[in-house]
Amino acid sequence: MAGSPKTQAGKQRLLKSYRALPGVPDELVDGAGAMRPVWAGLIDHLSGLTPAEILRDFARGDQHLADAGVFFRQFGDTSLGGRDWPFSPVPVLLGEPEWREIEAGLIQRAELLEKVVADLYGDNRLVAEGHLPASLIAQTPEWLRPMVGVRPRSGHFLHFVAFEIGRGPDGGWWVLSDRTDTPSGAGFALENRVATTKVFPELYQKTNVHRLAGFFRDFRDALDRLRRDPTSRVGILTPGPLTDTYYEQAYIARYLGMSLLEGADLTVEDGQLKLRTVQGLTPLDVLWRRMDGVWADPLELRGDSRLGTPGLMAAIRQGQVTMVNALGVGVLECQALMAFLPAISVALTGQKLRLPNVATWWCGQPSELAHVRNHCNRMMIGPALSTRMPFETPDRHAIGGQMRGGEGDDPDLHDWLTENADGLVGKELVTLSTTPVHEGGALVPRPMTIRVFLARTAKGWQAMPGGFARVGASPDPDAVSMRNGGSVADVWVIGDGPVEAVSLVAPASAQFLRAQSGPLPSRAADNLFWLGRYVERTEGLLRLVRAYNSRLSESATAPLVQSLRNQMKSYYIDPDEPLPQGLLSTLDSAVFAASQIRDRFSVDGWAALTDMQKSMTRIARTTKAGNDSALVMSVMLRKIAGFSGLVHENMFRAVGWQFLTVGRSLERAAMMTDLLAEVSDRKAPDGSLDLAIEIGDSTMTHRQRYSVVTSRETVVDLLALDEANPRSVRFHLDNIRARVDALASLHAPGQMTEFERQVLALQTQFMLHSVTTLDQKALRAARQSILRLSDALNTAFLH
Amino acid sequence: MIYDIKLRLSYAYSGKAAAGRHLACLMPREIAGEQRLVAGLIEIEPRPDERFDRQDFYGNRAVEFALRSAHAGIAVTLQARVERSEAKLAQPASPTLAGLFAELVDVRDLGPESPVHYLAPSPLVPGHAAMTAFGRAQLRPGMATADAVQAISHALYEEMAFDPRATTVDTPAAEAFEKRHGVCQDFSHILIACLRGVGIPSAYVSGFLRTLPPPGKPRLEGADAMHAWVRAWCGSAVGWIEVDPTNDCRAGTDHIIVARGRDYSEVAPIKGVMRVAGEQTIRQAVDVLPVG
Repeated sequence: MAGSPKTQAGKQRLLKSYRALPGVPDELVDGAGAMRPVWAGLIDHLSGLTPAEILRDFARGDQHLADAGVFFRQFGDTSLGGRDWPFSPVPVLLGEPEWREIEAGLIQRAELLEKVVADLYGDNRLVAEGHLPASLIAQTPEWLRPMVGVRPRSGHFLHFVAFEIGRGPDGGWWVLSDRTDTPSGAGFALENRVATTKVFPELYQKTNVHRLAGFFRDFRDALDRLRRDPTSRVGILTPGPLTDTYYEQAYIARYLGMSLLEGADLTVEDGQLKLRTVQGLTPLDVLWRRMDGVWADPLELRGDSRLGTPGLMAAIRQGQVTMVNALGVGVLECQALMAFLPAISVALTGQKLRLPNVATWWCGQPSELAHVRNHCNRMMIGPALSTRMPFETPDRHAIGGQMRGGEGDDPDLHDWLTENADGLVGKELVTLSTTPVHEGGALVPRPMTIRVFLARTAKGWQAMPGGFARVGASPDPDAVSMRNGGSVADVWVIGDGPVEAVSLVAPASAQFLRAQSGPLPSRAADNLFWLGRYVERTEGLLRLVRAYNSRLSESATAPLVQSLRNQMKSYYIDPDEPLPQGLLSTLDSAVFAASQIRDRFSVDGWAALTDMQKSMTRIARTTKAGNDSALVMSVMLRKIAGFSGLVHENMFRAVGWQFLTVGRSLERAAMMTDLLAEVSDRKAPDGSLDLAIEIGDSTMTHRQRYSVVTSRETVVDLLALDEANPRSVRFHLDNIRARVDALASLHAPGQMTEFERQVLALQTQFMLHSVTTLDQKALRAARQSILRLSDALNTAFLH
Repeated sequence: MIYDIKLRLSYAYSGKAAAGRHLACLMPREIAGEQRLVAGLIEIEPRPDERFDRQDFYGNRAVEFALRSAHAGIAVTLQARVERSEAKLAQPASPTLAGLFAELVDVRDLGPESPVHYLAPSPLVPGHAAMTAFGRAQLRPGMATADAVQAISHALYEEMAFDPRATTVDTPAAEAFEKRHGVCQDFSHILIACLRGVGIPSAYVSGFLRTLPPPGKPRLEGADAMHAWVRAWCGSAVGWIEVDPTNDCRAGTDHIIVARGRDYSEVAPIKGVMRVAGEQTIRQAVDVLPVG
């Protein structure tokens, strides 16, 4: 393609120093330096842009990921310090014919792994016939004895798997690792795809890039078909927000419209798995598991697990649950297993592996040990039972004969091999192919691996046409160089003709799949309720701190200021801190509650909340007492109003919203009764009433409504009894009452809960009050009743 | 020898537990030629909402039960009559350790009796260099495996002090070994670590001891609670032998076998997650009386 002079110059600039490394295959150019045809469209597109335009377009991808709150970490490997992997906007391009080869090879492997794991928990033919050493399997912590003899209800152990693949020196692909227990990364791949479509909107449209959405739709349908109870929902079982891929799990849950569940959300009754919801226990029988198998049931698996569900194994044994994937499939990730798979493939299926895996030797066998010993300079040697490549573990390992990792002094390599033979595995050192990344205005080659995802669907195993590429930071093509970090990139499979146009709408704004609405898990309801309370309390405290600091310059010893100090202290706020720690911790609690329910929470809402937390933390030290603090509080009030607006405008009025709203109204009513009780005191200092009106944000209304001077009566009328004032106690009791009516449908008709009873009584009481009857004592009593609603709500809905 | 066994295990919580699910591993096993369960009954208070019997991977009998309403504790009572016979004494000589390793490489069995399960570290018996060294120090060149087991068990008995107050059920074996004291659970875990360290597959056995010794014999330590000892594999010809390191003897007709596993974590008498805050008090009362 000739192109314009501008394009020619652009191409020259981009590719001027791009050379394949000697002996290393490259994705962009062939051995002779000629560009592979599949890249032509992308390179032409980039060549037509000025360097500034390229940076501008690339920034859109980063912006998207930052807005969505995506953070990449190396999969599951916390030993490397949870390093962020930045996004490389240049995708890895693969032609369809080559992709079909990869797909066929990985499907063959998935089918083989299914046979192997079924045998390991079934007839044990592989061990009996000598294809696998018994001691190797018995030693592997992921071989779960309680699963022995269990046939999965679905008939299959594996439903969703991932493989890490790389291209070897001969140009062919090989498998670097098998991910079967809780494969992560599919959500990241989706996010990368959204980001690349932001970078290359037109190019993406006119290039025949295979879409990812169809894969997810088919997998989702397959999961739905695994249900025995069609009214139940498929859940995603997560270890919780502390796990390093929680973001991705919440993302996938939102995208597929599934519930993200923790072990404590579930319980087992008479062998049936049940979900604790605000409607009581509801059945559930399919779980996509993102929690490592060993943690899933503290009764029969690891007893120290606080993540699991006691009785889950019993439910599985009774055929009441389908786990995707079955518990115990982690045994397939054992590094040493790769040593035996090539021969097992031939033995079980008569077929050789279409994609080889990295050559592997288990040192627990004398001749293999000798081989590893004699070739240690061309090997990486590491823990045999690990589910990670040797260089990905913090444990002692050797690369090319050099000892690394572990604690204490490095032992002699040969002594180490002799002492620990059973527990060690040798793997051939692999080199990878290189792919272009954009650096300093030009493309440069960097090594890469691709994670490919496969799902068992109605059409059989199906590969996601694309994947998640990890790209090395330096040109060093040794696979081990990947531990030094790098970037992540999208993978485009370019069709020979037009591709099926399944659109991938950005899930932040809409779900392309039909949304299932099921009963709200109790834990989620609880977190929404507390999110509402903490956000509201933050707002109330901001107003209190502002009122105090804005009066500080007038007279720090005035009785009103002293009274404010006491009120602040009753909320654990230190008045002498210009930006009190107590305020920050309240906001932290709100963020924590939100972090537990990210699958149900809008991306924008989360961003608004964390943005506020960041700003407050940032200026905490530099804020000064007095007017400066008052100003900061005003800014924060505007930010929190932004959050409230998002919730009000955007949140679907489902059951979850009811809980959030009850939390907010409850907290606001409680704080207001507290404030009014303070200023209702006959001995309340001068200015107290004006303070109440200020904190109640009702100065204008009060002035318009009451021509008389401010009195306790006018203030109580406006802030306690006026049903039209969104700051009044009555308004919020009415609001809680309305929510109660909405929530009543969750219970059997005619059965009023204690919570409903209390709300009704309290709201009626307030309707009957007048400014004279609602004195300080009545306000104090009302505050106690309001706070008691929290417990009653808990008993009624949060099982 | 026929025994009547009575055990009562009770857990009193300081607060109330909202719900609970437990596994009770208390019923003596049937072992062909060695032990026969004549009758057995497990009672649970308060009455569980769910209860069923099953066997675990190792063939141990377990009762799984669940309580769905608030309760302040649980009590489990076992009553059993067991006929215990002398294990057939294995006559053939056991192989040397080198011979044992050669046999192990050829094992093609993943069943519960296979020695391959009992060689690698297990949850409560992680590999431990000092215990391995202790085990090695007892070996003599050319020693038969069964003799090695006896020698290490005996050395441990000499080295360690039995002290029921020194450790709890949660004390790690490494700590008990360092301080050279503990109870049957510690003795057994330490012996297992020593044996696995030198390459001898070994398992944990939980069970009962007869409360009063036969006339003229000393009372055995550990008879007032559930007991534990060790099972070691001495090659395919000899098979498994059982030794009691707490009492420096072979486990014989005074020992009633309840369960076998890789360590205590797999055969604990009561397992379960109690959703309860605060402390709990555990009481255990055992009677093992010969009736003929």
